[in-house]
Amino acid sequence: MASDLSDLYQEILLEHNRRPRNFRTLEDATHHADGFNPLCGDEISLQLRLDEDTVGDVGFQGHGCAISRASASLLTQAVKGASSEDAMAMFNEFHRMLTEPEAELNYDLLGDLEMLAGVIAYPTRIKCAVLAWHTLKAAMDGEGIATTE
Amino acid sequence: MTAATVNAPASFSGPLTNDDVERIRRDFPVLDQLINGKPLVYLDNAATTQKPRPVIDAISNYYLHNNSNVHRGVHTLSQRATDDYEAGREAIRRFINAPDSSEIIYVRGTTEGLNLVASSYGRKFFRAGDEVIITGMEHHSNIVPWQILGKEIGIRLRVIPFNDQGELLMDEYESMLNERTRLVSVVHQSNALGTINPVSSIVELAHARGIPVMVDAAQSIPHLPIDVQAMGADFLTFSGHKMYGPTGIGVLWGRADLLNDMPPYQSGGEMIRSVTYEETIYSVIPHKFEAGTPDIAGAIGLGAAVEYLEAIGMDRIAAYEQALMRYGAERLAATEGVRLIGTAENRGGILSFYMESAHAHDIGTILDAEGIAVRTGHHCAQPVMARYEIPATVRASLSFYNTTEEIDTLIKGIDRVIEVFG
Ligand SMILES: Cc1ncc(COP(=O)(O)O)c(C=O)c1O
Repeated sequence: MASDLSDLYQEILLEHNRRPRNFRTLEDATHHADGFNPLCGDEISLQLRLDEDTVGDVGFQGHGCAISRASASLLTQAVKGASSEDAMAMFNEFHRMLTEPEAELNYDLLGDLEMLAGVIAYPTRIKCAVLAWHTLKAAMDGEGIATTE
Repeated sequence: MTAATVNAPASFSGPLTNDDVERIRRDFPVLDQLINGKPLVYLDNAATTQKPRPVIDAISNYYLHNNSNVHRGVHTLSQRATDDYEAGREAIRRFINAPDSSEIIYVRGTTEGLNLVASSYGRKFFRAGDEVIITGMEHHSNIVPWQILGKEIGIRLRVIPFNDQGELLMDEYESMLNERTRLVSVVHQSNALGTINPVSSIVELAHARGIPVMVDAAQSIPHLPIDVQAMGADFLTFSGHKMYGPTGIGVLWGRADLLNDMPPYQSGGEMIRSVTYEETIYSVIPHKFEAGTPDIAGAIGLGAAVEYLEAIGMDRIAAYEQALMRYGAERLAATEGVRLIGTAENRGGILSFYMESAHAHDIGTILDAEGIAVRTGHHCAQPVMARYEIPATVRASLSFYNTTEEIDTLIKGIDRVIEVFG
């Protein structure tokens, strides 16, 4: 049962979709990965520069639905300056937010990512929301390719 | 049909009226429900169609009264099951006007029909350097089997291009035909664009050079009268679930002389006349290609689906859906920001569209909230998306149980998309 659409398509999410942050390629990337959602054809290419163990810079390119674009945009803001361990902790918390209805969540860690909480009511869209995160993980793990299948 | 408590389909005369369609809708129990609080508007018929009561009844009748294996036992149930299973084959023969029911091979669906021909006919008759011609608007299932075969034995795939409307460039096709061409395998109606390809002309040009033609009729068979002899094709394949029958069953029709020359596709029970450890003698067609216990309930259900379609009449169905499609295309074309993909003069009930402001996936979610089921994505036809340089479309695909009111609901849904995405 889908909840009110406006919970999903919040104005701020739509704004990230229209003008995604860090939508660019990096000149000095140390890690990158391409992510695919075979179901809907979403594709993102994510690059980051790790300075020691800190995300110094991150950017993405590609095309996809509003949820996946906004999610990638929010990801870049969330992880910039974070350690790779913190970034993965965010991913974990983000994933719990989208899949565990009654979960006690660490909203400090989630920050603006909370904006995507409405996706939990739309099971077919969870893959869209997590695509960028899987891609980030693949980049950090040196895997090159991530898919939501 | 034995031990039948099965509803017979109603009969119709003249063009389908609104009252007829109301009556038809009552045959489809699934249509009568609310989705997200709104009446279901099912516009995903190209993915799979809903099942009418007579099909559901035929399947449950089989399991309730006749369940048994076919072509095996001497007992009464096995005889009943075999009779109904073979009656389905005969119904399908009649439906496509095949010369003989032994040419009707039960398969799992279009995908298996194509794979069977690639694997059996292709492996036997194709050599390195040979060419297979397909169109630029194939479903992946009419691309990949040839590619795999291509890697294996070195055949070359040639692709007939199409114009912006989605119509094949027949001159290009004609110039592709040559002494290396071994098969032309084309989609009758494109699932991504709705284009109905000129199969008879394609056949004529190929046959003039002695080249056989295979037709993927997955999207045409539920919507158009098909006569394989008038069409002149050599192979034709389709899926039961897209023509109001069950999933898991479909048909490969082939000319008997070709099928007789082909080796079995899979092996085991049913397809064997005699086995010793030294030698196996295969059954004749169709059994040669039907190894193992088949989808008996599926075949019986498909037979019932064919009878249901015949009772309404394929000409009537085609005319009704054509009018509905034109209405939908007009309303979509008049909607700000909507671009129709696939505007061939000759096309079926498929409304594929693209919006610059919103991704297909988001449109699908918003429409679902309005109770409207559409397909979003590349429709297993990525080369078509690439041709139009778009990642995905929204596809509303029509059936004779859809109404102009439902098209109006779709347009209202799109207005809602525009409200959200601008
Ligand atoms: C044109 C066309 N060919 C082949 C197929 C494959 O059919 P199936 O999945 O039933 O084997 C489809 C189904 O979407 C189709 O539309």
